[in-house]
Amino acid sequence: MFRKVKEFIVERLIQICGLASIFFVVVIFLFLLKEGLAVFKVVTPLDFLFGKSWYPISEPAHLGILPLICGSLLVTLGAAIISIPIGVACAIYIAEIAPSKTKEVLKAGIELLAAIPSVVLGFIGMVTLVPWVKNIFHLPTGLTALSGSIMLAFMAMPTIVSIAEDALYSVPKSYKEGAFALGATHWQTIHRVMLPAASSGILAAVMLGIGRVIGETMAVMMITGNAAVIPQSILVPVRTLTATIAAEMGEAVVGSEHYFALFAIGIVLFIISFAINVTADLFLHRENK
Amino acid sequence: MFKIIGICLIAVFFFIMGFSVNCFGGSVKNSIQIKGSDTMVNLAQAWAEKYMEKNPGEFVAITGGGSGTGLSSLISGTCDIAMSSRDIKEKEIALAKQKGINPFETKVALDGLAVVVNPNNPVSRLTVEQLAAIFSGKISNWKEVGGEDKKIVILSREVNSGTHVYFKEHVLRNNKPESKEEFAPGALMLSSSQAIADEVAGNSSAVGYYGMGYISPKQKAIAVAKDKESEYVQPTIENVLKGKYPISRPLFLYSNGSPEGLIKKFEDYCFSKEGQQIVLITDFVPIKK
Repeated sequence: MFRKVKEFIVERLIQICGLASIFFVVVIFLFLLKEGLAVFKVVTPLDFLFGKSWYPISEPAHLGILPLICGSLLVTLGAAIISIPIGVACAIYIAEIAPSKTKEVLKAGIELLAAIPSVVLGFIGMVTLVPWVKNIFHLPTGLTALSGSIMLAFMAMPTIVSIAEDALYSVPKSYKEGAFALGATHWQTIHRVMLPAASSGILAAVMLGIGRVIGETMAVMMITGNAAVIPQSILVPVRTLTATIAAEMGEAVVGSEHYFALFAIGIVLFIISFAINVTADLFLHRENK
Repeated sequence: MFKIIGICLIAVFFFIMGFSVNCFGGSVKNSIQIKGSDTMVNLAQAWAEKYMEKNPGEFVAITGGGSGTGLSSLISGTCDIAMSSRDIKEKEIALAKQKGINPFETKVALDGLAVVVNPNNPVSRLTVEQLAAIFSGKISNWKEVGGEDKKIVILSREVNSGTHVYFKEHVLRNNKPESKEEFAPGALMLSSSQAIADEVAGNSSAVGYYGMGYISPKQKAIAVAKDKESEYVQPTIENVLKGKYPISRPLFLYSNGSPEGLIKKFEDYCFSKEGQQIVLITDFVPIKK
């Protein structure tokens, strides 16, 4: 009897813990909606999403976030272009080629890279990368989208490498042996057999890496210059959605249109990262079938 | 196992410690929370240190974050005094009234707003009109104001900064409330005066602005004239005091209602001879002689 009660309590407790995360997500989303949707009393959703100027404290305020969306997308795209090839190649090396000792060292190194706080990366980027970008491209300033992309690529890499490596590792051994038995070289095996077999896992890795990049705040705020213009190239300063929230939230008077607009930006970010996560999930599940 | 319990106990202990200190600070009123303008942080910190030296057992905590941040914490009741380098806005007063807070303004010092460039930049004097054209993006090359053929990199503070608001209203809009002038969208928004100082020190095409306390030999302050006919004036304490320097502003402390008790004692100290001496030492301009 006593054991049954105990069992029941423990089961319920675990169930509550399990449901907690869903509960929190829903509550957070509702809160975001409640605070953010209020901004559409002053601007229409179209003007908000596609407005070209962001002057939140002027009278009347210009609340167009197109430059911010473009900024976020540009930095993310840049980071993806840099981190995906390196990350996937690194995963292939760790999973397929590296001898077991090197493998251990590399894995530990990647985990360490993931452990560096983003503000530290931002700081390092500011004093080393920014002057470097400025001098190499002869730019008026090094605080550009490119600097942000490079720094964010460092942050996305650990995610991409570890998940892609897992995906490659979980490809059945028989595939590889079969390929070798047919006389394929090591590279042919990787390229023609392993990569296609692990492709959905690798795609999921890439998506999660991108998800990490788009939500990153501190480092981009420090090194992208935060100018709210629609970028014409990757060598100009940009302002991202996340940096805007972080930089302006402290100032926004609670209940003002600026405050609601920042929450609405939060909704946009939430939707973007939700979409990315769902896509990643779809790929992962396809692999499991 | 015991280790884990031990760690948990220690964590709980610290948690309770922190909590009880907070409670203590709240019930026995011997501490003042001051928050706001980054421009005034150094000044307030110097005041606080001397004040605490003279009045052991009383604590004054200073936090920066920007004038808007300070005022919104005063309104939400999380600080006792807000430092501000701009007037409180109508909107903020209305909001404060709503929450039962009655902001009381005390002018404690004056500040000259320095416009700075890299020491390698040949430009050393500008009129307010030229400054407005530069910062709003109408002049985008240094050669238009007598410098080298280089693109101008505009550095500005974030919108939570009182300096940003002051500069916009008094330089860009030249004190005309009906003007719709804005900072150029391509202006880089940096999160602190120090960040602007660092970028100007390393970038020969940058121009920025901040309180004159931040001027160092690594930056060159521009001599500013009200209009073409007027004299070009350097931002020095003497010139601000005489009213010759065109971009100077008052610095305020805001409290809830007219200051009482500890807050009054602290504000009185700021006005004392010693307090105003500190104003001078931290490169601001005293209001009382």
